[in-house]
Amino acid sequence: MSSDEQLRVSKIPEGTVIDHITGGQAMHVLSILGIEGGDGDTVSIVMNAPSDRLGTKDIVKVEDRELSQAELDVLSLIAPAATINIIREFEVVEKNRVNRPDEVVGVLSCPNRNCITTADEPVESRFDVLEDGVRCRYCETIVRDDIANLID
Amino acid sequence: MRHDHIISAKQLSRGDIEEVLDRAAEIDADPGAFGDRHPGALLGLLFFEPSTRTKMSFTAAIKRLGGDVVDMGPVEYSSVEKGESLADTVRVVEGYADALVLRHPSEGSATMASEFIDVPLINGGDGAGQHPTQTLLDLYTVRENAGLDDLTIGIMGDLKYGRTVHSLAHALTNFDARQHFISPESLKLPRNVRYDLHEEGATIQEHTELEPILDSLDVLYVTRIQQERFPDENEYREVAGEYQIDAATLERADDDLTVLHPLPRVDEIGHDVDGTSHAKFFEQAHNGVPVRMALLDLLLEGETA
Repeated sequence: MSSDEQLRVSKIPEGTVIDHITGGQAMHVLSILGIEGGDGDTVSIVMNAPSDRLGTKDIVKVEDRELSQAELDVLSLIAPAATINIIREFEVVEKNRVNRPDEVVGVLSCPNRNCITTADEPVESRFDVLEDGVRCRYCETIVRDDIANLID
Repeated sequence: MRHDHIISAKQLSRGDIEEVLDRAAEIDADPGAFGDRHPGALLGLLFFEPSTRTKMSFTAAIKRLGGDVVDMGPVEYSSVEKGESLADTVRVVEGYADALVLRHPSEGSATMASEFIDVPLINGGDGAGQHPTQTLLDLYTVRENAGLDDLTIGIMGDLKYGRTVHSLAHALTNFDARQHFISPESLKLPRNVRYDLHEEGATIQEHTELEPILDSLDVLYVTRIQQERFPDENEYREVAGEYQIDAATLERADDDLTVLHPLPRVDEIGHDVDGTSHAKFFEQAHNGVPVRMALLDLLLEGETA
């Protein structure tokens, strides 16, 4: 992380830093992770910071929580270049990339209004992850663009 | 059959399909021999949408195997009216029957319902999704009349919302079939079906007119274009009129052309076609009984084995 970024948001003692998020997607990242601010987590967000690799990028820092790889892999759908840093005592102890999962469960809502998962049934949404999109396991609708709009 | 549930034509291999069609042919040859196959077996009917052929032919099929039906009846007289979920309804009814047939207006309903129950569930049509048992009887009729290999088939009409089309197109990828799809631009095959056909390496061609390919076809499968798919009645009439056939249309077709339709038809096949040698759609509807008998026989056989 460059000194420029450090000026924007200070280092955190413990927690998870998600870096190299596609510019403008930070709020969707929080939404996918179920972080709404109501549970008292300290969360810092940088949006549209200059990035050599991405043009602009967002950064999210969640203090006192080490997010699991499975939780984070879902982010690959909207932020494929994201990197995950696990922080302990101000030091990066682990650095990972997000991997594309085979499926995402309970994160996206099906855009097909006639899909059974959008009715009042005890069923979670379930999408298979394709090379270039996602596909509802139930009604088989394929979505390639604007996947972020499907986040619950 | 190794399947617990029959949800989609996509799950059926060539072997599965041939097993059902072969059993149906045995039944057709000697229906009486199957009258005691499943005495006392009960088939639960859950029809959340109107049906004539599917419901009646499943009823005939289980009765001709020695069993009977338990029928939820119309939705307005059931607990669904009280707000019961589909998941609860199927969990209740599985206790009353050895297998269930579900027709429901929502896509994916059969997949979801099957996750809640242990008895075999047969998808009798889920919204614009799939209708695999219609496909089995379609394939049976094609096999009887034209054969399933080295087949050139035209599928015409509402390809976007037509669940019989989606199931049939996928099932045909198991065979040496060239598939031509004829429809207005607005009712072309949906993205997910096109994706699956591409994945299966199927040979498909899309057209907006029947005329240029009519004489190359062994089978023409016609489906109904529904008025509610169009914003206004004039547009519907204009478009639907281009996808109607009559006896004069078929004069330009091969003498051996087989014309099929999942029925009900409105005016997409003129009544003057009924008397021609091309018309096989009533035979197709009648095949619903032996084919559904064959499927039930195989599923229930697996249950008791």
